[in-house]
Amino acid sequence: MKADGKVLMAHGSGGRMARDLVEKVLVKPLHNPLLEPLDDSATMPFSGRMAFTTDSYVVRPIFFPGGDIGKLAVCGTVNDLAMVGARPLYISLALILEEGLPLSELQQVVASIRQAADEADVRIVTGDTKVVDHGAADRLFVNTAGVGLVPEGINVSGANARPGDAVILSGSIGDHGIAVLSRREGLSFETELVSDCAPLAGLVADMLAACPAIRAMRDPTRGGLASTLNEIAAKSKVCIRLDERNILVRDAVRGACEMLGFDPLYVANEGKLVAIVPAGDASRVVEVMRRHRYGRDAAVVGEVLDAPAGRVLLKTAVGATRVVDMLTGDLLPRIC
Amino acid sequence: MKYVTEFRSSDLAKGLLERIHATSRRRIRLMEFCGGHTVTVFRYGIRKVLPDSIEMVSGPGCPVCVTANSDLDRAIALARLPRVTIATFGDMFKVPGSRGSLQEAHAEGADVRMVYSPLDALRISRENRDRMVIFLGIGFETTAPTVAASVLQAEQEGLENYFVLSMHKICPPALRALADSGEVRLNGLICPGHVSAITGSQAWVPFAKDYGLPCVVSGFEPLDVLQTVWMLVKQIEEGRSEAEIAYRRGVTFEGNTHARRVMAEVFETCEADWRGFGKIPGSGLKLSARFERFDAQEVFDVDPGPAVESVGCQCGAVLRGVVSPPECPLFRKMCTPEDPVGPCMVSSEGSCSTWYQFGGDLES
Repeated sequence: MKADGKVLMAHGSGGRMARDLVEKVLVKPLHNPLLEPLDDSATMPFSGRMAFTTDSYVVRPIFFPGGDIGKLAVCGTVNDLAMVGARPLYISLALILEEGLPLSELQQVVASIRQAADEADVRIVTGDTKVVDHGAADRLFVNTAGVGLVPEGINVSGANARPGDAVILSGSIGDHGIAVLSRREGLSFETELVSDCAPLAGLVADMLAACPAIRAMRDPTRGGLASTLNEIAAKSKVCIRLDERNILVRDAVRGACEMLGFDPLYVANEGKLVAIVPAGDASRVVEVMRRHRYGRDAAVVGEVLDAPAGRVLLKTAVGATRVVDMLTGDLLPRIC
Repeated sequence: MKYVTEFRSSDLAKGLLERIHATSRRRIRLMEFCGGHTVTVFRYGIRKVLPDSIEMVSGPGCPVCVTANSDLDRAIALARLPRVTIATFGDMFKVPGSRGSLQEAHAEGADVRMVYSPLDALRISRENRDRMVIFLGIGFETTAPTVAASVLQAEQEGLENYFVLSMHKICPPALRALADSGEVRLNGLICPGHVSAITGSQAWVPFAKDYGLPCVVSGFEPLDVLQTVWMLVKQIEEGRSEAEIAYRRGVTFEGNTHARRVMAEVFETCEADWRGFGKIPGSGLKLSARFERFDAQEVFDVDPGPAVESVGCQCGAVLRGVVSPPECPLFRKMCTPEDPVGPCMVSSEGSCSTWYQFGGDLES
């Protein structure tokens, strides 16, 4: 396999080239005892309450400051498992490759999949590769599914928030969305913006150890913090009131948002979580989070009220309160 | 960027609000002309913390919103031509014309690309010599200079496949039409910040002098708007009527003479059709004769068909400040950001989308 090679249609044919690609570019870097038999399914023992999730990744560009589509896929799946309190265990990896993709780029993505999986302590146990015609995909699409184990006594759900609870945010918002957008559109800012893409299972494990009664957790990805909290408010039939002053937005992200006409509350994150916990446990949870590398800027950013149910409110810098609605459609750049 | 956080300090806001409450006696109505200010007012809940004596109304300062259907229809018809690429600011993408939107044309195969600047459109022209790239020139005095600069650049480079469909408008004639109509009684005007960076605050002196309308140029942070309201309240209570600047870090009396010179080199004023106002003489900008070969209106022969307004849409009255968005029977029912009937629900600075998004009509 040439170092400067490209993905060809024959790599998806099921023949020798396909086998070569799978073995050299995928299995070798991702090797582990559960993947290596390469049977039609991976088999492993399992007992307890299972968490099971899937997600597809089509980010453009596939490499961005702070990560790439491979790291994003692993972290995204790990985080979806962690948000119900599960310990992530196994991940499946399906790749759709556009004909002509440089093999070196594929190798780079697979290397970061391995690295992210190691950090999150999960195994890639099964996978699939397809090649499509040039133009039928945008370089590389990834689908992952993940399985995790929910420890006994843990019941985390977006439907569990109760009036009186505290809302905790693990750090600054908007970093991922603005980093990707700035790379995609070729915008440059004085400070380089870096995606926050990170696996949060370790942070969640520490939080659950400190407070098994955590009611709800979500990672505010697409649609941002505003949309995530609207979903929790609707499912739990409660009101969530945020205090704008406590929500951390990095200067570079705020500046870019000002310029582009975005509201950081709606910009995607890939390494942040929002947790709803009983008020009495809030300070202990924040303290534990701040000791973890992915929760250093954790803070209480709001509270849960009983009415108006289903709404998210924001106390603004001038002391007024306003509604924070769901994101509608795409974020579009403004014109003046 | 530290500027931004300082202009959101809640202690300073409290002080300004106390002064406004202590000073305001008369019942007054203030208009924020610019859609950017409308966003600040709602995003920070400013209406809710002002005294009851102050009523705020939103004005026509949203370039996408005031674009007439006939102009939108022309843009969409151009998009459907073979070998044509449309480059546009994102806000225009979803705005419905008489029949469909650019978004729908795009879904049907038209090449419509979102750009952040006309310079991106120039780049697309350079990289796609076999296509005719039409930039949709939209906006007030704020965006017109950069569009003018792109035409000069295209001329200098000898780019033959770059065109501009100019739907640019300038603010003072519209404001004059608004004031002359007498439809809305105003006691003070929050003047647009970015427009004034180009025109200078001098543009508002005639309104202060001839119409007796206190004018203050505002920035876009909550403290800017509060400072502006306070300066307007003071003028009104002291019986003065002047054109003042609260946005000193961005605006001078003279404005940006260089930008105005570039504008004047490329554009000449013309009559323009404003949604809600109709045709206003001297309120539009068209490419002057020397640049005719860049003018999409002159170069491409399209018949967009007759312009039709949506039944029941109140965008025109909303833009004149006569009707507030929740008073429109379609608001939140037939007309939402996902499925907009009128442009004020599409543009991020449109009054309707701002009310909708920040829950201006909902009890919080």
